[in-house]
Amino acid sequence: MRNKIHAQKFALYISFASIVMMFIAFTSAYIVKQAAGNWLEFAIPNMFYISTVVILLSSITLHSSYKSFLAGKEGMYKTLLIVSFILGIAFLILQYYGWQDMFAVGVDLKGNVSGSFVYLITGVHALHIVGGIAAIIVAIVHAFTLRFRVTEKRKLRFELTLHYWHFVDFLWLYLFGFILLYR
Amino acid sequence: MAHVGTHEENVLIKEHGWDDHFHDHHHGDKYQSNFITHYIFSQDHKIIARQFLITGIFWAIIGAAMSVVFRLQLGFPEESLAWLKPVLGKWIVINDGVGSLAPEFYYALVTMHGTIIVFFVLTAGLSGTFSNLLIPLQLGARDMASPFLNMLSYWFFFLAGVVMFYSLFLSTGPFAGGWTAYPPLSALPQASSGSGSGMTLWLVSLTFFVVSVLLGGVNYITTVLNLRTKGMTLWRMPLTIWAFFVTAILGLLSFPVLVSGFFMLMCDRGLGTSFFLSEIFIQGQALEYIGGSPVLYQHLFWFLGHPEVYIIILPAMGLVSEVLSVHARKPIFGYKAMVYSILAIGFLSFIVWAHHMFMSGVNPFISNFFVLFTLIIAVPSAVKVFNWITTLWGGNIRLNTPMLFAIGFVSMFISGGLTGIFLGNSAIDIQQHDTYFVVAHFHIVMGVAAFFGMFAGVYHWFPKMFGRFMDETMGKIHFWGTMIGAYLIFWPMHYLGLAGVPRRYYSFNTFDAFQGFESMNKFITIAAIIVFFVQLLFVINFFYSIFKGKKQTTKNPWGATTLEWTTPIEAGHGNWPGKLPVVHRWAYDYNKDDSREFAAQIEPLAEGEEESDH
Ligand code: HEM
Ligand SMILES: [Cu+2]
Repeated sequence: MRNKIHAQKFALYISFASIVMMFIAFTSAYIVKQAAGNWLEFAIPNMFYISTVVILLSSITLHSSYKSFLAGKEGMYKTLLIVSFILGIAFLILQYYGWQDMFAVGVDLKGNVSGSFVYLITGVHALHIVGGIAAIIVAIVHAFTLRFRVTEKRKLRFELTLHYWHFVDFLWLYLFGFILLYR
Repeated sequence: MAHVGTHEENVLIKEHGWDDHFHDHHHGDKYQSNFITHYIFSQDHKIIARQFLITGIFWAIIGAAMSVVFRLQLGFPEESLAWLKPVLGKWIVINDGVGSLAPEFYYALVTMHGTIIVFFVLTAGLSGTFSNLLIPLQLGARDMASPFLNMLSYWFFFLAGVVMFYSLFLSTGPFAGGWTAYPPLSALPQASSGSGSGMTLWLVSLTFFVVSVLLGGVNYITTVLNLRTKGMTLWRMPLTIWAFFVTAILGLLSFPVLVSGFFMLMCDRGLGTSFFLSEIFIQGQALEYIGGSPVLYQHLFWFLGHPEVYIIILPAMGLVSEVLSVHARKPIFGYKAMVYSILAIGFLSFIVWAHHMFMSGVNPFISNFFVLFTLIIAVPSAVKVFNWITTLWGGNIRLNTPMLFAIGFVSMFISGGLTGIFLGNSAIDIQQHDTYFVVAHFHIVMGVAAFFGMFAGVYHWFPKMFGRFMDETMGKIHFWGTMIGAYLIFWPMHYLGLAGVPRRYYSFNTFDAFQGFESMNKFITIAAIIVFFVQLLFVINFFYSIFKGKKQTTKNPWGATTLEWTTPIEAGHGNWPGKLPVVHRWAYDYNKDDSREFAAQIEPLAEGEEESDH
């Protein structure tokens, strides 16, 4: 009795459930605390809009890289992999500027809990992005050191990275939407 | 005992087995090992199971010894504890020649006792051991989906243990704010002596622990859903597997929430945020924290905390169901009802957490929902109890040690479950909350019951783990001593609790209302000391039997139907040397018809035989 989904992919998907629960905990705590009052409202930095566009783009480039890999277009595959990596780093830098903007308007990590929550949620999300970037780096090393071949094993490896990356991307959409809606 | 002979079983697997070309890739594959990778960094689930078990036993001894020390203080406050000074050093304070436990250290002991037993013994030692041992073996898999992550899961647990162990020796002592680690005691390093480095290490340790649980859980779930052998449909799985499976799901969904709470706590401790803190004075000084809510932490903690108690008890329930059925020589009564109860308990356990917070100022209208769901959990629990008793009814019972512990489990679960119904009513809980009534409730229903499930499992599967049997005489003394002793310890606590005696108090000298319980407290302490020594008998039996126990000579000594008893006695990595067994029936064909006493899962249906209806 073998399932259609590869066991490793399956394991990755269930770990998504875990990560989602972690962020659900943060956002639920946010809602509960907000309802309890003493809640400071502030404008969400524009940087976060830009970073959202960047992370979406990176998902597209990584996906196209995967498609190129399957189609045997080696050059395209490698280039897009690098581009995705750069976009990932850019996302982190933009988040950092976003935090600076918040700080500049007086929203301090130590101040009202509403600000602390935004720092915390975006910060822990950024850590997950770091994990994704690490996976992309491994993929890049493979791409440039191994002879180009489309094997089942390498396809699987790429898919694991890709799906994780899409996941943290959608996670950001959820978190960003959440912060915008519940202010 | 009529059972299928070893020879016949081999033939069954040879002829009907499923060839997964195990031998074709034997060169340098993941099932090869040398000494280090075999015994230390092993990826074999059977070895990892034993690692979890032995580490769990180590922690159980420490956790239990701590309880003896604080019980001495409670039972004999006037007696000198100076003789403990060589071990506890400055934590024994000597006044006028009488040594007593330093109050801070009393709290540290209570805290560590809870943390260690709940997480290291009854979560890792219980679910870690038996999920690892039985999931691949009972499903007919060569190993877990990812043996490597499985190994990591053990080593993260080990690391968590090292950090916690280290914290015991800090000059300021380990964390002392209770196993639930409520802020502000846990959030402000200056709040108590254990709140500084002790709490930091507590958080680090438990974070490693959660990583271990998650790595294990991902593996268990993936293995159950992907690696079952041919014919092993979900509805043919033994109840053990159902229990481990749901346990893993609960852990995967609830532990991350605890980690979120931990992160916020870490921010409060280190970065100056005020998630859980508001307007606090320490030593006459106002702190800067404003606007946080300690109740928020309680929500996050108990969102894990309540599922956690089922993470502890479900595996025990699974083991007990299996042991009861095998040794009563009867199919488990109401197999499907058992599965649905496990699922219902798993689901409900996520929506009852606030019953731990009735007295923390949550909205009484919201409390009503939690009262309702809490009381509903009693229904699937009662279904399970009914089915265990009915399984015993009219059975051909073998009263050996595993069976005794399984029956003892049912007794404990009933006694402790009944008091849960008291506590689940928010109005009654006003009186009972934070008293010894709660202590009695959860020690009986969770502490003792889960230990009984674990003991039943260890005595029953010991041959599977070590190829030998544990000593029956010592086992029976162990059982009766523990069974009677545990009731003697915890039964009187109900009375203390009804009288309002609060838990976690170091001394009752200054409260007139709680005078007059000295003799009861002495009694409890004496019983606790006796039970502690009875447990040492188990430890002796365990290690003695590993080397000197009666040798297992047949593959299937209990006449069980499940697949783990079809491997060679000394199974290598990969479990079955040739083909994998193929499953033809459910796990509970005992005394189905007159022709044979039981039919193993690998036996094809005889001509004209219908599959048991379940
Ligand atoms: C009939 C089912 C049960 C009901 C209605 C129930 C209800 C409750 C309630 C309301 C409390 C909170 C009491 C208070 O703090 O004032 C409580 C505490 C507790 N229960 Fe149960 N319970 C049930 C079964 C169980 C089971 C099966 C377990 C574990 C296997 C368990 C473990 C615990 C623990 C560990 C605590 C105390 C935690 C602490 O404060 O340190 N309960 N129970
Ligand atoms: Cu509970």
